[in-house]
Amino acid sequence: MLYIKCPHCGLRSQNEFAYGGDASVKRPELNKEISDQEWDEFVYLRKSPRGKHLELWHHVSGCRQWIKVLRDTSTHEIFNTYKSEEKVG
Amino acid sequence: MVQSYRLDKIGLVNREKKLSFKFNGKKYFGYEGDTLASALIANGVHLVGRSFKYHRPRGFFGAGVDEPYAIVQLYRNGETEPNVRATEQELFEGLEAKSVNCWPSVNFDIGAINNFLNIFLPAGFYYKTFMWPRSFWYRIYEPFIRKAAGFGVASKEHDKERYEHKYEYCDLLIAGSGPSGLASAYAAAKNGARVILAEDKPRFGGSLLTSDVSINNQSGKEWADNIITELKGMTNVTVKNRAQIFGYYDHNMLVMSERVTDHLPKSEEFTPKQRLWYIRAKQVVISSGSIERPIVFGNNDTPGVVLASAAKEYMKVYGVLVGKKPIVFTNNDSAYETAIEFKKNNINPIVLDSRQDSNSEIIKEAKSLGIDIKFSHVVVAAKGYKKVKSCDIAEISEDKQNLNQIKNIECDCICVSGFWTPTIHLASQSGGKTKFKEEIDAFVPDKSKQKEVTLGSANGVFTLEETLKTSFDKGFELSKEITNNNNSQQIPKVSEKKHSKHDKFWCVPLPKGKKYKRFLDFQNDVAVSDIELAIREGYRSIEHVKRYTTLGMATDQGKTSNLNGLQLVSNIENKVVPAVGHTTFRPPYTPISIGAIVGREIGKHSKPTRKSPMHNWHKKNNAVFVDAGVWLRPRYYKRGNEGLFEASKREAENVRKNVGVCDVTTLGKIDIKGPNAAEFLNRVYTNAWLKLPVGKARYGVMLREDGIVMDDGTTTRISEHHYHMTTTTAQAANVLSHLEYYLQLVWPELDVNVVSTTEQWAGAAIAGPKSRDLLQKLFSDTDVSNEGLPFMGFVEANLFGVNARIFRISFSGELAYEVNVESDNGNFMWEKIIEIGKDFDLQPYGTEALSTLRIEMGHVAGSELDGRTIPYDTGLDGLVSKKKDFIGKRSLLKKAYNEKDRQRLVGVVPLDKKTSIPEGSHLVKDPKGKLPNPKLGHISASCWSVEHNNPFSLAILKDGKNMIGSKLYAMSPLKNKTIAVEIVSSHYVDPKGERVRS
Repeated sequence: MLYIKCPHCGLRSQNEFAYGGDASVKRPELNKEISDQEWDEFVYLRKSPRGKHLELWHHVSGCRQWIKVLRDTSTHEIFNTYKSEEKVG
Repeated sequence: MVQSYRLDKIGLVNREKKLSFKFNGKKYFGYEGDTLASALIANGVHLVGRSFKYHRPRGFFGAGVDEPYAIVQLYRNGETEPNVRATEQELFEGLEAKSVNCWPSVNFDIGAINNFLNIFLPAGFYYKTFMWPRSFWYRIYEPFIRKAAGFGVASKEHDKERYEHKYEYCDLLIAGSGPSGLASAYAAAKNGARVILAEDKPRFGGSLLTSDVSINNQSGKEWADNIITELKGMTNVTVKNRAQIFGYYDHNMLVMSERVTDHLPKSEEFTPKQRLWYIRAKQVVISSGSIERPIVFGNNDTPGVVLASAAKEYMKVYGVLVGKKPIVFTNNDSAYETAIEFKKNNINPIVLDSRQDSNSEIIKEAKSLGIDIKFSHVVVAAKGYKKVKSCDIAEISEDKQNLNQIKNIECDCICVSGFWTPTIHLASQSGGKTKFKEEIDAFVPDKSKQKEVTLGSANGVFTLEETLKTSFDKGFELSKEITNNNNSQQIPKVSEKKHSKHDKFWCVPLPKGKKYKRFLDFQNDVAVSDIELAIREGYRSIEHVKRYTTLGMATDQGKTSNLNGLQLVSNIENKVVPAVGHTTFRPPYTPISIGAIVGREIGKHSKPTRKSPMHNWHKKNNAVFVDAGVWLRPRYYKRGNEGLFEASKREAENVRKNVGVCDVTTLGKIDIKGPNAAEFLNRVYTNAWLKLPVGKARYGVMLREDGIVMDDGTTTRISEHHYHMTTTTAQAANVLSHLEYYLQLVWPELDVNVVSTTEQWAGAAIAGPKSRDLLQKLFSDTDVSNEGLPFMGFVEANLFGVNARIFRISFSGELAYEVNVESDNGNFMWEKIIEIGKDFDLQPYGTEALSTLRIEMGHVAGSELDGRTIPYDTGLDGLVSKKKDFIGKRSLLKKAYNEKDRQRLVGVVPLDKKTSIPEGSHLVKDPKGKLPNPKLGHISASCWSVEHNNPFSLAILKDGKNMIGSKLYAMSPLKNKTIAVEIVSSHYVDPKGERVRS
């Protein structure tokens, strides 16, 4: 079970969180005309990298904040965690 | 009965307390502190089971967790448990156990015929034998395999025992209480670290219990006892025996199984049988020791062949002799301790040492005691069927290829030692790599992957002096990093005998013309010949060889067999062992009971049960409950002999005729506040929300980004910047997460807050033509007329001194209201409604009537909004705004979503107006059509229409709009029903929606 440092609450066990997928996905702006392909990529296509991955976790049984976690998908090493509005990098 | 193999003056068992027990129906005696194994051996019982494949007789091989043979069916306190290792099961008064894998008895086992048919059971026999003909699989092969598989029988009774889970945190978790565990625990604890020390056996001390050493002029055991006593007295230390750390998971989470009462005749009330600990440790010390590995020789599975270290443990810990004419067969010095122990107890062992010579301290001692030592000698084969009676021994050539002067000597046990294999399971489970250490011919942990360190013999260090030194140092160093304290301990003075180098020899060659079976894996009956066959057949990867031959796949997971298997593969392939590699170590290290894994999460405890504040009223009034997600809801209120059908029909009819009340507390409720709340709702829902006035409710549908309907419900504008959203019971949690996602990540610029208020409000739906009259009596100072509170109106009102909210919304299609009060007042509200409702023939109704009412209205719910439908499929076209953008809108432009013959919501009535259509039935044109019969749609929900007094269903049907009036068939192969049906409009009652506005 992973040990995730919630930037709001501190280190908490994985069972307090829900996984939210790739954090780099950006929703197209409202009312913007975009191609079918662009939209499909946003809705369906996700990278599944082996290695570093910036992902979303939702602290559902805690502060209910969505946070960003930079994690290695093969070793589970967590390099850093960020608040939702924080710039990563 | 006399314990004829019990020694008088040695051992740690309590001779004051005699215990009686039964094995295979026969009564024996042992002592408190015995294991089932030691007690049986004390009574001269060596035949305990039959092997898995060939049903060969099985005895005892080890004295602990590594035991591959002595697996029994245990009976305790009216319950039975399979797969119990007799070497680990502590004796208690009245224990009963039976042999497994034998019929009709362990002494005469029909299955042993496999032993003589063994050419039919070679490596991979599952794959070769049961392949064809295919039709034999279910009738013949599968029942055969099932009957043959496994050790013992799982109970079919409910397990009455209690199991618990515990979460714990510590600075240092130490796995194993041998010298390295005790030393590191002591050093760390004295330096202020929070320490958990776990020992899987009942006694602490590990090898110190049996080794002939002294520490600070005390015996190893005395030193260990003193350290443990001191540790137990420290508040920063938790010491646990009978506790096996069996899994090393991510981020230093380890799981430990504590056998709390397995050693007692029964568990006391409220005491768990076992407790599973989830421990998050800052640092882990793996001091799991090492396991002696055997030397492979002919018939090496005969009862009476035991590990030399086990023979020593049976003497020194239990005061029990494994035999009175022992052969000690070794390739190293450690087995001499066993020989010396025999000698000290007036038993004369013969030592066969595969080495040409050795003159270390311990061998000198053995010689001085007059022990018969034969160098360059090996055991060729054990003789005897149910117990060793003699063995063939021989002189072996320097190159270990040739056997000379084979002769038979009498013996009753063979104590074998092929040197030591570090227990690296936990280190490997942590993700770390292993490396092969040439000096000890075994793998040890390489670089640590997580925050862990492996010490002592688990790390391939076999001298006590070095073990204690590194362990004291490590314990101090690790604790210093955590506590910043600087209290180091003096490393004690050690006296131990120096050992000379072991011999790489591990497998005795077959004498010319002999075909003895030489076993590697004792539990799965994998012999040298099986591995050879697998390699001849082309298996190369050790992982493939393992699975094909089942080497190391039994419940002992190859603790005594894996390394010899690797040796064999590497010999055949002319590779070195590290080039062959080893199979992956996976948790659990040792079998863990299902009960411990499940813990308290059984039956009603497997998920929370949520009850509305009116629950007790429902219970008192004969409600029959149904699980709705985690909620318990009344399904119907039983009167007299009514069943579900009669009761729900009566309740639904009464709503259509008079008035009913339904507990709707379970609906999800979300409070939405902020200056941008309207804009937010406008983006979340498919319809327009900017112009909803204060005091009005609106029905809304929300989509996922892929255009599929996520949820529906009404949202009411309480005040300018304050909305009250309702969700379906099932989706409440998902909708809240969905809203939080968009507010926190996608549109953080919107100034809106959301919070769940599901539990803050109790809700009652009052529905039926008389509902307004009832409402007026409940809220005498509020105008609830059609003008004062119009359809979709909202008002705050006073219910006999209690604040209430009234929403004029309808799920039933009748004139209806939902009243909410604070949860604490829920029961008060409910009883008032029931009391005053009497004048209006009010009846409470449950979820079944609620469904009936909504289905015949054509009002969609979870069975239509099933995660596969878009708004157009479910008749919600009118709610999809053409003007504004919203979540999921872009997906609705998809070609497939706009096909002309796209599926649509329709109503379905059976032609005979009598036969109810099973939910899930498929709609087809031709009931006798060729398979696969094209499916046009499916029945999503069915009810008995109280309005029309005949069955009515909703369906999602291809090109549904144009199918109204056509005749199809509803087929349910599950219920074996084919029903001729007519497709009608989904609005079966009040299609113009006049009643809700009346």
